[in-house]
Amino acid sequence: MTTPSYTPDPTPYVRRDVNPVRILTFTIDGRDVSAREDETILSVARQNGIFIPTLCHLDGLSERGACRLCIVEVKGAPKLLPSCVTLPRQDMEVTTNSDRVADYRRKILELMYSERNHVCSVCVSNGHCELQNLSVVLGMTHVRYDYIYPKHAIDASHERFSVDHNRCVLCQRCVRVCDEIEGAHTWDVMGRGITSRVITDLNQPWGSSETCTGCGKCVQVCPTGALSEKGKSVAEMIKRRQFLPYLQMMRREGRRAVAEGIR
Amino acid sequence: MTLAIEDLEGIAKIEKERQEGFRHRINVCIAAGCLSCQSGLVREALEKEVGRRGMENWCLVKGVGCLGLCAAGPLISVEPDGVYYQGVTVSDVSEILDSLGGSPIGRLHCPAQSPFFTRQHRIVTENCGKIDPERIEDYIAERGYEALYTVLRSMTPGEVIEQVVASGMRGRGGAGFPSGLKWTAVSKAVNNTKFVICNADEGDPGAFMDRSVLESDPHRVIEGMAIAAYAVGARHGYVYVRAEYPLAVKRVRTAIAQAERLGVLGSGIFNTRFDFKIEVRLGAGAFVCGEETALIASIEGRLGRPRPRPPFPAEFGLWGCPTLINNVETLANIPPIVRNGGRWLAGIGTEKSKGTKVFALAGRVNNTGLIEVPMGTILRDIVFDIGGGIPEGRQFKAVQTGGPSGGCIPEQHLDMPVDYESLAAVGSIMGSGGMIIMDDASCMVDVAQFFMEFCMSESCGKCVPCRVGTTQIYHLLRKITNGTGKPSDLAMLEELCDLVKNTSLCGLGQTAPNPVISTLRYFRNEYLEHIDDKTCQAGACKIGSVREAL
Amino acid sequence: MNRVRIATTWLDGCSGCHMSFLDMDETLAAVADRIEIVYGPLVDAKEFPDGVDVTLVEGAVGNAHDREELERIRERTHILISFGDCAVTANVPAMRNQFKLQDVLKRGYVDNVSHHPAVPDAGVPKLLERVRPLHEFVAVDLFLPGCPPPSEAILLALTDLLEGRTPEVQGKTRFGA
Repeated sequence: MTTPSYTPDPTPYVRRDVNPVRILTFTIDGRDVSAREDETILSVARQNGIFIPTLCHLDGLSERGACRLCIVEVKGAPKLLPSCVTLPRQDMEVTTNSDRVADYRRKILELMYSERNHVCSVCVSNGHCELQNLSVVLGMTHVRYDYIYPKHAIDASHERFSVDHNRCVLCQRCVRVCDEIEGAHTWDVMGRGITSRVITDLNQPWGSSETCTGCGKCVQVCPTGALSEKGKSVAEMIKRRQFLPYLQMMRREGRRAVAEGIR
Repeated sequence: MTLAIEDLEGIAKIEKERQEGFRHRINVCIAAGCLSCQSGLVREALEKEVGRRGMENWCLVKGVGCLGLCAAGPLISVEPDGVYYQGVTVSDVSEILDSLGGSPIGRLHCPAQSPFFTRQHRIVTENCGKIDPERIEDYIAERGYEALYTVLRSMTPGEVIEQVVASGMRGRGGAGFPSGLKWTAVSKAVNNTKFVICNADEGDPGAFMDRSVLESDPHRVIEGMAIAAYAVGARHGYVYVRAEYPLAVKRVRTAIAQAERLGVLGSGIFNTRFDFKIEVRLGAGAFVCGEETALIASIEGRLGRPRPRPPFPAEFGLWGCPTLINNVETLANIPPIVRNGGRWLAGIGTEKSKGTKVFALAGRVNNTGLIEVPMGTILRDIVFDIGGGIPEGRQFKAVQTGGPSGGCIPEQHLDMPVDYESLAAVGSIMGSGGMIIMDDASCMVDVAQFFMEFCMSESCGKCVPCRVGTTQIYHLLRKITNGTGKPSDLAMLEELCDLVKNTSLCGLGQTAPNPVISTLRYFRNEYLEHIDDKTCQAGACKIGSVREAL
Repeated sequence: MNRVRIATTWLDGCSGCHMSFLDMDETLAAVADRIEIVYGPLVDAKEFPDGVDVTLVEGAVGNAHDREELERIRERTHILISFGDCAVTANVPAMRNQFKLQDVLKRGYVDNVSHHPAVPDAGVPKLLERVRPLHEFVAVDLFLPGCPPPSEAILLALTDLLEGRTPEVQGKTRFGA
């Protein structure tokens, strides 16, 4: 075995292809907007009160561009682009809600509903579920694709929380919050394609996880009823995410303080 | 230790003299295809018999790379007579040695004048079947590493890139992105650390071009990588090869070790300030890792899943550094481009598709194997002249190019030239070069289902349209092939194909519906037969039980 | 003026959607003179009549009888409304779809029974392998999801239909309760 020829820098990488100082202007749905070069189309749209549906995106976590609900049309681009990871360019013309895009979003949502066993009426998150809300927002009243009805278990081995894979949409918010915010990396995904599943540790019962700190951040960021707190009624099982912007702010301040201290 | 051009020439001279010192040279194919039909035993038996007869001094038995005609393996060629033998077994060994210098053995004879050999134009595979892939000297004897020397000693990186741009070559991995443009982009990226990656994660069913090149001529790829590294300013390279290719892995590793020992890899190559090291990374069998961002994630030790582009690897690749990712065949084209100049390659092929392309002929065709033809060769010639037509007198039905991302091309389009644009126009793609030929015993719905099952199980599961969409498409196809399909299923199929194609995150999902779309386009009647009449003309689908129940 | 002929029925469901229908209370009286309920659990008619204008079908399709009934209703109805989550998504009845039918029957009639454990085979309709929503069997004209759909949504749909408009129920009801 030869020694590796390259040892990567352990610090997280920063995108070097954008200049966070430069400001540019472009249009979203015909409205003139301005942005820093490192802001995403999604974030600029939200600053301007333009709604783009999302599911895997969550402010404070890294972007994945995977649920494809936030796709938008960009004039001149042959493909639809996920607005959560696409950076604007000067004079770009973005359309967020064309009939074509709305149609695709509805179909993608239908696919999500067909994938697992989402039985809203008996779900712990009934009434405060992002998937359920999306069906209203996107006007999706029924699923035309055949339901797949996979067989999935519930892991209730943890003292305070449980995971019900029947409700999971694989957005990986739990994976990201556990890795990026809590730093435990208890969650990950195993398998691939339609057999993908979130797991704790190396697919051990959550209750026996040695890395889980029991902080519950994963539960709070979960958009559906896949992760829930035990002993809470449907009415009580409201996810609280205030910690994310708060932690974000604290970290930003911390970084600034360190930088200024060094200078 | 540094190497000078005289040293290279010296090695080449000694090796040439050594080989020419033998009155007879018997080349036994030891690439995976022939090895699987016991060419290894044939080689051993030949060596033993040569030793027993005391012929060692004037008869050389040499293991060589792929001779191309895998259908007729084990293949051996006898030089300088230029005789090919096919289907050789251990029991033929004595007879072969007896016939040396005399007339060829009729029953084993494989006509070297057949179109299979004469119609090919070998650039990438010029050394395949000629040199011993496990000896660097043999490669050097065929002007190996001369291009690297020229580049390092007498060309600026810009000049190298100019040649690649002038060659007009497009990436051989599938999408056909102009290689020169990619090289330029990486070379322009500002970063002290850059990488070159050789993508040898060949995953298309029925494709074995990259495997064969790596097994038959690994040094060519290494030389190509080193030239690329010099051109774009990289010092580290990775060969990402799938673990299912153990022989290719072994030969690449051997080649790297030999190259390092000789000093054509390492520090201060050819007494310049250019350093380059190559590491081999094994893919654990995920098709999606052929996608460049997934491949990068896999090398980094993370889950092999793609991420949205931009940023492209050229600016933000391996560990966030600018990275050049080229396919095996693309890199294998580099040394001859440098030796002969970019314009030379640009003179081969068609206006927009330059050079040659290696194809793996598979399926219902007589001459299954590896061929290399100029771009723009007529598809019918490939199937019927080079490929030798359809066995057992059956009827040609379609040829599938581009693997799970490609499409099925029917009889009426057989007279088109094989180039990137023409293939796209008929709803297929060049892909990496797999060509699966199908006859009337193949059911096109069944074929579509096969590829969709492949895409479904190879989908990484990251984005929703690909993860669930391919599954839904597969379920619909399964309904149709088992006789429970409804007329409305066709519209649903088309809707899902459109959705998956337009909204998936990476190339896998965006092209996964192609086999379904193209078979719906050319063989819609077969879908309708399955749905309306509950019959499968080809007899591939088992819908008999359903018919009885109706 | 001819009254609009309305029918309601329930297949594999819990009757909750019908309760919500009744929850329209006095607003039901407001439209009562314009409609005539010709069939359903709320009225006494034995056979599903011909020429029905609007039928609200509650419940999923879980057995052979449901299927026949649904097909008959489709033939005799102008506008068929998939009424509630069981009809729209198969909902709770479909939770058995993760299991094999024999296992479900065994669990219900053999494993958990102390007296005469046996799967009934006479006098009950045959269960389908899987419980499915209505639109997988017949064409559906309007979907009213909800478990149950709120009575306001039902009223809105009915009034819109009476006025000759295409009902716009987005935001008025959703999957789940």
